[in-house]
Amino acid sequence: MSTAIHKSSHGSVHESPKYKGKVLPLEYTSHEGPLNILGFWIFLATDLILFGCLFATYFVLRTHVDGGVTDKELFDNITGFTAETVILLTSSFTSSLAIFAMRNNNKKRLIGWLIVTVILGLSFVGLELREFIEYYHEGYTMSRSAFLSGFFTLVGTHGCHVSLGIIWMISIITQIARYGIDAINARKTFIISLYWHFLDIVWVFIFSVVYLTGVVS
Amino acid sequence: MLDRLKEFASNFFVTGEPMIYMSDVAIVLVSLAIIFTLTYFKKWKWLWREWITTVDHKRIGIMYLISALLMLFRGGVDALLMRTQLALPNQHFLDAQHYNEIFTTHGTIMILFMAMPFIFALFNIAVPLQLGARDVAFPYLNAISFWMFFFGALLFNLSFVIGGSPDGGWMSYPPLTELPTDPGPGENFYLLGLQISGIGSIATGINFIVTILKMRAPGMKLMKMPLFCWSVLASCIVIIFAFPALTIALLLLMIDRMAGAHFFTMTGGGNPMMYINLFWIWGHPEVYIVILPAFGILSEVVATFSRKKIFGYASMVASLMVISIVSYFVWAHHYFVMGASAGVNSFFGVASMIIGIPTGVKIFNWIFTMFRGRVRMTLPIYWTMAMITCFAFGGMTGIMLAAVPIDYQVHNSYFLIAHFHQTLIGGVVFGLLAGLYYWWPKMFGFKLDERLGKWAFWFFNIGFYVCFMPQYALGFMGMTRRVYTYPADAGWTSMNFTSTIGAYMMGIGFIFMVAQILYSIKYGERDLTGDPWDGRTLEWSVPSPAPEYNFAHIPEVEERDAWWEMKQKGQSLVQLNHQKPFEPIHMPNNSGRPFIMSLFFFIAGFGLVFNWWWMGAVGLLGVAVTLILRSQERNDSHYIPAEEVQRSEAALGRF
Amino acid sequence: MGLHLLGRLFDGGGIMSQPTMNGNKAPHVPMKNLVGFLLSLILTFAALGLGLAHVMSFGMVMFIILILAVLQIVVQLYFFMHFTESDGPRYHIIGLAIAVIFVVCIIGGSIWVMTFNSQAL
Repeated sequence: MSTAIHKSSHGSVHESPKYKGKVLPLEYTSHEGPLNILGFWIFLATDLILFGCLFATYFVLRTHVDGGVTDKELFDNITGFTAETVILLTSSFTSSLAIFAMRNNNKKRLIGWLIVTVILGLSFVGLELREFIEYYHEGYTMSRSAFLSGFFTLVGTHGCHVSLGIIWMISIITQIARYGIDAINARKTFIISLYWHFLDIVWVFIFSVVYLTGVVS
Repeated sequence: MLDRLKEFASNFFVTGEPMIYMSDVAIVLVSLAIIFTLTYFKKWKWLWREWITTVDHKRIGIMYLISALLMLFRGGVDALLMRTQLALPNQHFLDAQHYNEIFTTHGTIMILFMAMPFIFALFNIAVPLQLGARDVAFPYLNAISFWMFFFGALLFNLSFVIGGSPDGGWMSYPPLTELPTDPGPGENFYLLGLQISGIGSIATGINFIVTILKMRAPGMKLMKMPLFCWSVLASCIVIIFAFPALTIALLLLMIDRMAGAHFFTMTGGGNPMMYINLFWIWGHPEVYIVILPAFGILSEVVATFSRKKIFGYASMVASLMVISIVSYFVWAHHYFVMGASAGVNSFFGVASMIIGIPTGVKIFNWIFTMFRGRVRMTLPIYWTMAMITCFAFGGMTGIMLAAVPIDYQVHNSYFLIAHFHQTLIGGVVFGLLAGLYYWWPKMFGFKLDERLGKWAFWFFNIGFYVCFMPQYALGFMGMTRRVYTYPADAGWTSMNFTSTIGAYMMGIGFIFMVAQILYSIKYGERDLTGDPWDGRTLEWSVPSPAPEYNFAHIPEVEERDAWWEMKQKGQSLVQLNHQKPFEPIHMPNNSGRPFIMSLFFFIAGFGLVFNWWWMGAVGLLGVAVTLILRSQERNDSHYIPAEEVQRSEAALGRF
Repeated sequence: MGLHLLGRLFDGGGIMSQPTMNGNKAPHVPMKNLVGFLLSLILTFAALGLGLAHVMSFGMVMFIILILAVLQIVVQLYFFMHFTESDGPRYHIIGLAIAVIFVVCIIGGSIWVMTFNSQAL
């Protein structure tokens, strides 16, 4: 373990902290940095189980349509969910560019790419809301069948996660604007970017398991 | 207007039961007494500063402990009420509805609001000190964990006087617990109370994993760590991977009830068995979550009081890890009878038997540790020996249940009830009580009186066997669980009556424990050295109770049983104080936000219980605001100056 | 020359770059990120195309689509999430690996338990 960080009791780092002889990125250089980052990876593992259970429920209830609309019928128009997928993928790319800018110590580009990510995230949520409202108007609601309950809950939970992430990202943008790129902000930015990439991973599975399965079946 | 108010009140408050009215009076009186005492002694600021806003793991541990003991009382009263009703056939002390509510609250409280906070109390008290750390990895999150548990438990506990208790069993199976057959707020109290406190549990799991992996004293490699810390690591791994399944099970049932969805309904394509599937994906690992720390406590106690290092440390570590992984592959044994295929049942049956093997390894290792050791017979050892005996037998009946054909006969009978009580009481409670007696001096600075403790021990132990051994027989005789009475000609009367006597003996044991605590506060032997048991691990190297910063200087660790090795070499922390200069110590700030955020969760939960959506929204908005404020926080720590550390050590007689 | 312009696009004004885990300075062009983005787009459209083509059986198509999804996860983890970086032993990798095993167990196990036909024995 990198003792240079933990033994130093004055908070400042007297030498560049290293692990196995290699210098650590900025987000690891505060006292809390390594702890918070590891803690967040573990939190992502729990969120993975959470979504795993929602996927399991969806799998089991997918064909329980009670004579109502099936997934094949519901997802026959591919433009909606394809657009959502491309937007979210791009937002994942732009958030990685934000980290890239952070590691190049470029505050303006960091904030810029984060704002682009937020805008893309908002577009994603907007498209998803439009999709849900459209289904609602056609009578495909959560209370119609088990399949629809599963669909709205799985996709809706992901959408809530994204919405929370947007608010969180805005909170971090404000801090970077005020305090610049330091160890604390680097840690916070790295963690929100992990969260954002995780949500993209979950979406890849929603795209495959929910929408594409409907198209294929 | 008055009529509407009366109608509202008669639905809002639980009416018609004298016992409930008495409880209402008791609650009001106790609350007034607390408020009066705090005001009279001018202790509100103290309460806020020292306890409500604390992020100190030692304080949080004590708060968890007090909560667990209070819940043990309530759950125990529930048990005595049930046993009183069942002592004789055809009694009407409790009607069926009331009986259902009581067994629901008994189970929920004992598992989720007694056992979980009890283990979290011991995690908090012992782990950072054993690791040579100054606090856990995330002290603020630790406070959130406690207050979320507190408010979740409060929400659940209110239900029996406001709105109505849940009555669908502690597992809350649909379709019974869906809206058509279980209208009213009772079930909602269950769902929301557990949801809120579950968030706290997941946070604790994450917290202690990072603490154990990242905050050990220099030189303390993982294989030199105390076994209790290994058991906490194993338990937390299970926590983080199991609780999300409960979150989803509860969430989906809640969505069914609040939004008319069809996850587990009988219509619309719902499948109630999916709830049971998800619930037990959590439920089985849950019992391992609570037993693994008890295993860890036993390893510590057995080694300390035998004056020997634990036999087979590596195999103990391996068995802890194997148990935590295999616990994930047995969940369907809770519903063998539900009609899954033979392949499914066989797999889960065999896996359930396999998990007995690493447990057996541990039992033999404890026995081998005590063999040829000079065992000092103190209360921790009493409870340890009781645990080994009781849990081994309870585990054996579990292996019997794992054989699917046997399970088909005794599923949901009193055989099952006896089995899980034997493993949960005989394993978890006995083990945790051993830990409580062991670490009590470290928490409070005095030992608990041995004599009163022995009275408590024997009443509780003998009472346990008198209560539950007849229940195995009742199971074979065909008595099913959750019946509120039984006919006189069933031949079950004598066993039931005996069982009730045992329950009352356990109640007397509990009273002795309370007496023991009260007596010891005044007359208990004071712990002046910090090491009352001649211990082996680092928590015994600091004073009792430990100072805020735990260690003025963090020792370097070279061997297992680090404190024992230091003592053998004539080293101590007092020496370190003289050898090395004092340095400023980095400590986290107190914060009121964990309490306030959890309070907002409570408000949201309370509103959602009654379907008052506006209140739910207000509560959740409050939660969002506290989260954003936390996100904006950049400096939440301070330094204790070196001079103050020096003064504190001198005042403790360590410098 | 083109690469230099690309570099200016992504890094105009950073005074001092931070180090990367292999000890070099942070590069000026985010090659890794671009590769990752392109790969994930390719994998997405491959899955979509396969799904629309209707040339194989349901089971076969789903199997391949799931493989493509898993590959996309690897892309995300490696190219974007700095998965291989750590300040100590790689506990996060172990944690995620266990989580994946349990997720497969939960989803697979649930499907196995729930899709049964007790008459067909």
